[in-house]
Amino acid sequence: MAEQELDTGGFDFSEVEKRLGVTRRTFLKYCAGVAASLGLSTSSAVAMAKAIAAKPQMRPPVIWLHGQECTGPTESLLRSEQPSLEHLLLDMISLDYHQTLDTGAGHKVEELKKKSMKENHGKYLLVVEGAIPVKDDGVYCKIAGETMLHITKEAAEGAAAIVAFGSCASWGGVQSASPNPTGAKGTQAVLPGKPVVNIPGCPPNPANFLGTVLYFVTFGKLPPLDQQNRPKWAYGRLIHENCYRRPHFDAGRFATEFGDEGHKLGYCLYKLGCKGPETYNNCPSLEFNNVGGGVWPIGVGHPCFGCSEEGIGFNKPMFALANVETHTPPNSFPTIEDRQQDTGISPTAAALGGAAAGAAIGASLMAAKKVGNTPESDSGSDG
Amino acid sequence: MSTYKPIGGRILTPTFIFFSIIVAISIYFMAQRFIYGMGSVANINGGFPWGIWVVYDVIIGTGLACGGYALAFTVYVFNKGKYHPLVRPALLASLFGYALGGFGAIFDMGRWWQFYNIMLPWNWNFNSVMLEVGLCVSLYIIVLIIEFSPVFLEKIGAQGLIKVLDKVLFFFIALGVLLPTMHQSSLGSMLIIMGYKIDPLWQVMQFQPLLAVLTALIMGYSIVIFEASFSKASFGGPNETPLLAVLGKVAVGLMFAFLAIRFVVLGVQGKLGLIFAGDFSSLMFLIETALFIIPALIIALPSQRQNPSKLLIAAVSMLFAGALYRFNAFLFTYDPGPGYSYFPSVSEIMVTLGVISIEILAYLVIVKTMPVFHRGEHA
Repeated sequence: MAEQELDTGGFDFSEVEKRLGVTRRTFLKYCAGVAASLGLSTSSAVAMAKAIAAKPQMRPPVIWLHGQECTGPTESLLRSEQPSLEHLLLDMISLDYHQTLDTGAGHKVEELKKKSMKENHGKYLLVVEGAIPVKDDGVYCKIAGETMLHITKEAAEGAAAIVAFGSCASWGGVQSASPNPTGAKGTQAVLPGKPVVNIPGCPPNPANFLGTVLYFVTFGKLPPLDQQNRPKWAYGRLIHENCYRRPHFDAGRFATEFGDEGHKLGYCLYKLGCKGPETYNNCPSLEFNNVGGGVWPIGVGHPCFGCSEEGIGFNKPMFALANVETHTPPNSFPTIEDRQQDTGISPTAAALGGAAAGAAIGASLMAAKKVGNTPESDSGSDG
Repeated sequence: MSTYKPIGGRILTPTFIFFSIIVAISIYFMAQRFIYGMGSVANINGGFPWGIWVVYDVIIGTGLACGGYALAFTVYVFNKGKYHPLVRPALLASLFGYALGGFGAIFDMGRWWQFYNIMLPWNWNFNSVMLEVGLCVSLYIIVLIIEFSPVFLEKIGAQGLIKVLDKVLFFFIALGVLLPTMHQSSLGSMLIIMGYKIDPLWQVMQFQPLLAVLTALIMGYSIVIFEASFSKASFGGPNETPLLAVLGKVAVGLMFAFLAIRFVVLGVQGKLGLIFAGDFSSLMFLIETALFIIPALIIALPSQRQNPSKLLIAAVSMLFAGALYRFNAFLFTYDPGPGYSYFPSVSEIMVTLGVISIEILAYLVIVKTMPVFHRGEHA
């Protein structure tokens, strides 16, 4: 299908087939899928495919830092199938430093990191995962004897673009929740003046990261961002807006307790404290793990807890009511009856319907008679 | 100097009072709908969310209001200026048909207070056929008002404004052809997305938009004949039968195209046997087809065609055929699954009759007080 839909202008993909070990068909399908999830046209998908295929030497080097976190973003990325890591991620980007995935260890990898940063100054992509403690000069998080605060600032110097992956890196995450003993902060907060793209979520959806990176690789610039520097294509809408339980919200059908009748029937989870009405993310449309079938929190019956939204996740009580940003529910709802067995055909209604149709036919016949007999100059009254 | 003149005469006639009573009754039920909710007035249910309010007031009502569309096509696209005398009455009827269709859509909306959202571009979903219909119909109502505005302006004697309008009117006339083509075909697209709920005899998939536009034009030409004949019967005036006969011929031509496409598609889909299945759907299909074919028999003969009575009967038959086609597809043979049935309630029917009555009343008042009808010197 992808081959028929995408006009690649006779571009030779044999090189990329060999390099990535995938067929041209699979490769184009993947690019079209990423472009579609970014809301881009098929011509952008072709541009993406060509960028990846034609510029292997231009794979941007990536320096990946870990701060205070659980490695959740990396774990979720490892399970990505869009693309699967072994086929595409390693070939799209040159992952020069990543504490979880590096095969080497100790001083050697630190050396390599410094070398790569020096050689690729101004060209590499910096990905930060985890919060950065700033209290007491950042002594609460150290890697290879240096504080995370120092490492981040150092790496940010020569970065072409900085991506904060996960809620911790975006705005501090769970570490930054009160009382915040280590003074944990997000990447943007410790790098004033530097543009940081935020991909929040706990864990974030790998597709949101890969889509953004692929956009960067293809077009050499970052996708459109919102006020909080989140890619608009992923964080442009409230969860509430695309939630499949939304009709229940509008109709006033709520689950009020776990396991109650409404919960079993899949009603809206707003009254259980769902933060969908104030959390921007694309979970309802992408879901998680690429298995379909409603695999995401609200889909499996748990209220959204706002993991990706600063000030909501880890800050608001789990079951506290959300502050609905769009239409608030009215205090009372009209009853909604399915009225399945209601036939409701009354003799009066049948007679009335018949009379109306009959009147229309009768009037037409009368007019037909009259119009046939009326001489041209007749200026009679209406009847 | 314009040869359009108000008809004049008393406004408060027995006809007027009769329709006013119906309007009063319908206003009572409309008030009930807004106070107690839709369920207290309408018989619609989970399986039939669209009752006669949508199917008649909006889907058929706008089809019957296609006179302005059909004539705009004839006069401006095919440059047949001699039909110009028919344009103003047709536009007026279209204006009321569409305005009340839009009004009907509002009181048929469960949460009508959210209607304003359709005007906010950042809320638009461009994949929605409903959005297309909603926006297009709203725009077309505005276009119709502008197309008809020379009548108001002549009435109040705003010569300067008429001159300005004359310069830009061509743009709105173009829109007046484009917009109905878009939303009338989208009404057919709605049948596509209803999938298997539509009876096989009416589900022609990708041909739905084409059939919808064809029925709109057939109903449009027929309603022009209908209105002109009724006006002639009520108010007298010049003999327009020769003009109308040609419109009848065009309508019948379109009708043949409609039937040909429909039967070929049904044949290709292997569904022709269903026509004689002997069930309710097949009966409705046969009645509908008969209503389409009767006018062809009348209009085929030139002598019959020039007979105003026969011409009117042919037009009415085609109007019923077009209306029945849409009724059948959207309501009569619509099958939402076991357990659901629908027949409109008395109050529901009264509201629809009220809407029709409002159209007739407003039409009568405006043609009597404003320069809508063409009154040539020869009369």
